[in-house]
Amino acid sequence: MEVFITAAVKVVIAFALLFTVVLILVWIERRVVGFMQNRLGPTRAGPFGILQTLADGLKLIFKESMTPNRVEVWLYLAAPIMALLPALLIFLVVPIGAPITIGGTEYTLQVTDLNVGVLYVLAMSSMAVYAITLAGWSSGSKYPLLGSVRASAQMISYEAAMGLALVPVIMFNGTASLAGIVEAQGATFFGFLPAWNIVLLPSFIVFVIAMFAETNRSPFDLVEAEQEIVGGFHTEYSGFRFALFFLAEYINLFTMSALTVTFFLGGWQGPVFGPVFLQGLLPVIYFFAKTFVIVFLFIWVRGTLPRMRYDQLMGFGWKRLIPVSLAWIILAMIAVGIRRFGLPWA
Amino acid sequence: MSWFTSLLGPWSGFAVTFRQMLKPKVTMRYPKEKRVKPQRFHGRHVLNRYPDGMEKCIGCELCASVCPAHCIYVRGADNPPDEPVSPGERFGFVYEINMLRCIFCGMCVEACPTEAITMTHLFEMSVSDRKEGIFTKDSLLVDPDGTPNHPLPDTRLIDLNDLKLGDGWMRATAPGGRVEFEGVESWTPSARMGGLAPAEPPQGPGRRKTDDEDGEETA
Repeated sequence: MEVFITAAVKVVIAFALLFTVVLILVWIERRVVGFMQNRLGPTRAGPFGILQTLADGLKLIFKESMTPNRVEVWLYLAAPIMALLPALLIFLVVPIGAPITIGGTEYTLQVTDLNVGVLYVLAMSSMAVYAITLAGWSSGSKYPLLGSVRASAQMISYEAAMGLALVPVIMFNGTASLAGIVEAQGATFFGFLPAWNIVLLPSFIVFVIAMFAETNRSPFDLVEAEQEIVGGFHTEYSGFRFALFFLAEYINLFTMSALTVTFFLGGWQGPVFGPVFLQGLLPVIYFFAKTFVIVFLFIWVRGTLPRMRYDQLMGFGWKRLIPVSLAWIILAMIAVGIRRFGLPWA
Repeated sequence: MSWFTSLLGPWSGFAVTFRQMLKPKVTMRYPKEKRVKPQRFHGRHVLNRYPDGMEKCIGCELCASVCPAHCIYVRGADNPPDEPVSPGERFGFVYEINMLRCIFCGMCVEACPTEAITMTHLFEMSVSDRKEGIFTKDSLLVDPDGTPNHPLPDTRLIDLNDLKLGDGWMRATAPGGRVEFEGVESWTPSARMGGLAPAEPPQGPGRRKTDDEDGEETA
């Protein structure tokens, strides 16, 4: 029974956290992009405009949700929910802090730890493509269809690169559980350098690039390229259903940043000191600080790079990223083998 | 080495965007900060008075006939002999401008023989009803002490100081803007702008001629 209560509390906290973070995230993105374009961004709602997202969300909820005539109603209605669910579910396996002990019981700061956590993450991020494809197809209109065709091709291509980029991480840390991967990164090189997986630099780079493609963000935002195909897959959506897509997009952005931190930047690892409550709090702070650095990277790229052409996108995915990650897997395999079994001639 | 710089080239954009982040922003936080408007800004009209309180408008309807948008309606009336409203024979009995149609070209200001109608720096004229878009003489005419009126003076957006600033066209061509008339309060170019310094520094021989100069130079 207690297990269920703990799990329920964790789930509620995780969801509340995600929604709060997304509210802040959208605001941060608009402010930062504004600053990069010599503007101020939203400043009017709340202090420094921090409530702007809340205001926009409320507006969207109270707007009329139009359902066009020729849609496939059930899929059309289901698609926004299908977009939101995997986005929320990925976050359940991300450890946001070191395990804490309250009243003699140890609680992990992670809703659940799967021993196949990496596979779960990849599976869930692949689910998002169904939502986008079905949203575009069920809208019964040409621009959404074009957007969803682009989305399915793009996400399937980059999923491969993303999965391959994670293979060296699993080999290097010897586990596919996210908590295990973070634990393994607690070690140090030469006694002082944190042994973060970022030393697997090619993996890190391929993963980050594939991450941009998976979240459909600039420079890979062909799925919703306004200049070419209106709004892409969400052209026919309005009101609350559009808000769900929007929410899913930003939750994805945050979870993907959190995953980058978990896989490559040591998760919640960092120097811990001070009294007990600080020892519990500091890892959480480290985790969020690192995550927001990656979020800033996302926004920085959006403010800098123009959108890629479609053939460049596919060519880059299949002809560059995948061969590079395959070659890197072989190299990493040799390195891991030497570390475990010694040199072949020794 | 060139292959190395060509490798760095695409990434230099990141430095550009990061540098822009630290630069001052161009956004004006509008109701809090207001841009200084150009002197010849074509804002809302006012109907002026002479320093003694008489209305300048003589009800000649030239502004109405010159208006390309047909947004001015004037009906003149004879001045009451015992209590004249304007120094002339007639005065503007009804004076209405439909601000919803006005294109702010300023031709009424140019046409006016007595400089009764001038423009101000005020541009916040939003109204909640189309009827309120027709500004009547009540709101157009300045108070006897020269203070302009506005139909919605309580709105936070409206800065009555903007009403007190006149348009530059009037200053440049009216006697008030000419060097030899500096400090002479013969014409008030706009509400309360009687003792105004010349809008532009004293101009050379190439400056725009006014009617009274023309005769001398051609002769």
